[in-house]
Amino acid sequence: MDIHEYQAKEVLSSFGVAVPPGALAYSPEQAAYRARELGGDKWIVKAQVHAGGRGKAGGVKLCNTENEIYEACDDLFGRKLVTHQTGPEGKGIYRVYVEAAVPIDREIYLGFVLDRSSQRVMIVASSEGGMEIEDISAERPDSIVRSIVEPAVGLQEFQAREIAFNLGLEPRLVQQMVRTLQGCYAAFSELDATMVEINPLVITGDDRVLALDAKMSFDDNALFRHPQIAELRDKSQEDPRESRAADRGLSYVGLEGNIGCIVNGAGLAMATMDTIKLAGGEPANFLDIGGGASPERVAKAFRLVLSDTNVQAVLVNIFAGINRCDWVAEGVVQALREIEIDIPVIVRLAGTNVEEGQKILAKSGLPIIRATTLIEAAERAVGAWRNDLTQNTKMRAV
Amino acid sequence: MSILLDRDTRVIVQGITGRMARFHTRDMLSYGTNVVGGVVPGKGGETVEGLPVFDTVKQAVEATEADASLVFVPPPFAADSIMEAADAGIRYCVCITDGVPAQDMIRVKRYMYRYPKDKRMVLTGPNCAGTISPGKALLGIMPGHIYLPGTVGIIGRSGTLGYEAAAQLKERGLGVSTSVGIGGDPINGSSFRDILERFEQDEGTKVIAMIGGPQEAEAAEYIRDHVTKPVVAYVAGLTAPKGRTMGHAGAIISAFGESASEKVEILSAAGVTVAENPAVIGETIARVMGKAA
Repeated sequence: MDIHEYQAKEVLSSFGVAVPPGALAYSPEQAAYRARELGGDKWIVKAQVHAGGRGKAGGVKLCNTENEIYEACDDLFGRKLVTHQTGPEGKGIYRVYVEAAVPIDREIYLGFVLDRSSQRVMIVASSEGGMEIEDISAERPDSIVRSIVEPAVGLQEFQAREIAFNLGLEPRLVQQMVRTLQGCYAAFSELDATMVEINPLVITGDDRVLALDAKMSFDDNALFRHPQIAELRDKSQEDPRESRAADRGLSYVGLEGNIGCIVNGAGLAMATMDTIKLAGGEPANFLDIGGGASPERVAKAFRLVLSDTNVQAVLVNIFAGINRCDWVAEGVVQALREIEIDIPVIVRLAGTNVEEGQKILAKSGLPIIRATTLIEAAERAVGAWRNDLTQNTKMRAV
Repeated sequence: MSILLDRDTRVIVQGITGRMARFHTRDMLSYGTNVVGGVVPGKGGETVEGLPVFDTVKQAVEATEADASLVFVPPPFAADSIMEAADAGIRYCVCITDGVPAQDMIRVKRYMYRYPKDKRMVLTGPNCAGTISPGKALLGIMPGHIYLPGTVGIIGRSGTLGYEAAAQLKERGLGVSTSVGIGGDPINGSSFRDILERFEQDEGTKVIAMIGGPQEAEAAEYIRDHVTKPVVAYVAGLTAPKGRTMGHAGAIISAFGESASEKVEILSAAGVTVAENPAVIGETIARVMGKAA
């Protein structure tokens, strides 16, 4: 689960990480009022969306007067911000964060991630702050400092000092950097984060180390023990289909294609998408309905996939293990009787009791296109989609 | 021959009184797995499927001489159960539970390091379908009948995609020495590399198949330097957009790792035969076996 910048800053500052003074606003009037409260004569108004790259996309504005704050807010509120991380549909701006501008001397990149190869938390830092970490590792790999935290004892001071010195910080700044690093690590481990990113962490003209931006993601599997974090969820930032799926225990990711997929298991779902592409089609979604594939889940999955208006054919691929194919077939038939579907449906069943499953599909009288192997299923799905498309075009032409 | 699991392995089920655990205990027993008991704190003295239930893993090990364990415990308590197994002298543990917090797994791995390597429990999972040595024993939730006994060693992250591979082998009359599910989570008990090492040493395994998921780059290096047996791999997600989590956190295509197409390159360079798409996994293994024979 992702949270907003202002929420991440609140969390991190409670762990001793220094942040510039700032305040949240839900309207232009509130933003101007907040700026007056903060004082000073330069403010940054920042769109609060769950995505990086806001600055380049025009979501961060420097304001010198109250009027400029109004103008910035008028432009931001209610519009969709499109950055390189949001996809073309963008993310809605419903809150802005007003922050006192600080004089910046240097910018540093700081990230905490779960590292697969060491199976531990890894700190990634670079003296090239402000750039995306992907770009830093491509253009200035030598500037990246890495350090792995020993989980039994946590981040040690010497490690934090090493990072600070390796980034070229002056000795008078090292203690502040150590406090920042230890604060981030404590927040990461105590709150079950999966990612903490401060980009940039800045050294101000008056020698302060401040988190100018902050991003945090949390382990969904651990939210049960952090109710105060779970409360920070903002559904307006999620793809509505994805969050609806998550609420129903399904795992869904919307894509650009037009062949909807209903599959049990994440690996098989990805393999199915690959096979559709191989057969010349484009998958409309990733959807893992879980190992069980009960009739209720199949019905929910159909509704979800069909809510995407781009979908022009649906491919169901279920490898039944302990749950038997006849049972899954009953579920598919039941779902198709409940929901009216006017596009081709291709069903491939494999595994336990596959013959009985096929019989149930055949006897149902429903226009289901059956397949036995993965490639056959994908080819028939792509074929059916193309046929359907030509027929529709013909009808329209008539 | 097989790895990790055979007819003599004595198995306990942690969390045996749960509905799913009961079901799969029955299934494992009917497959021929030597299940000898279960553990549920507070339910010691009861019986499930004719098997004795104990309060602690230590008691279960003392009474039954169990050397393997299947963890079927809800996510908040799974890590604790794995560590209990490690401490009681269990040799091999499979954790089926899906949804274990990543930091819990970091702690589990750290805890296991307190034992010297030759005494350290082997863990596979969490979030996996389990391990099967066809015709001998099944420790998990996979359908046993789709596997024939044979000489292909399978390592996979995903349950159903692993079934797909096994079914494609069965279609060609090819069998499996052992199939090991390592699970889809970012922090897990055993890596591809760990299991590769075991298959390389196993006389009953002639060809090794790696199915799906990240971590392959590291495995590739190991294969190039240490594995003499032919290795076949299929990498899922060639069409998945970068940076999106597909399903479990484990299936993430990480900005810090490699994309599926980069992995294919790395594996090919290490001498691995890569199945181009999921429909030809069985075919590719059969071809490599023909060459090896």
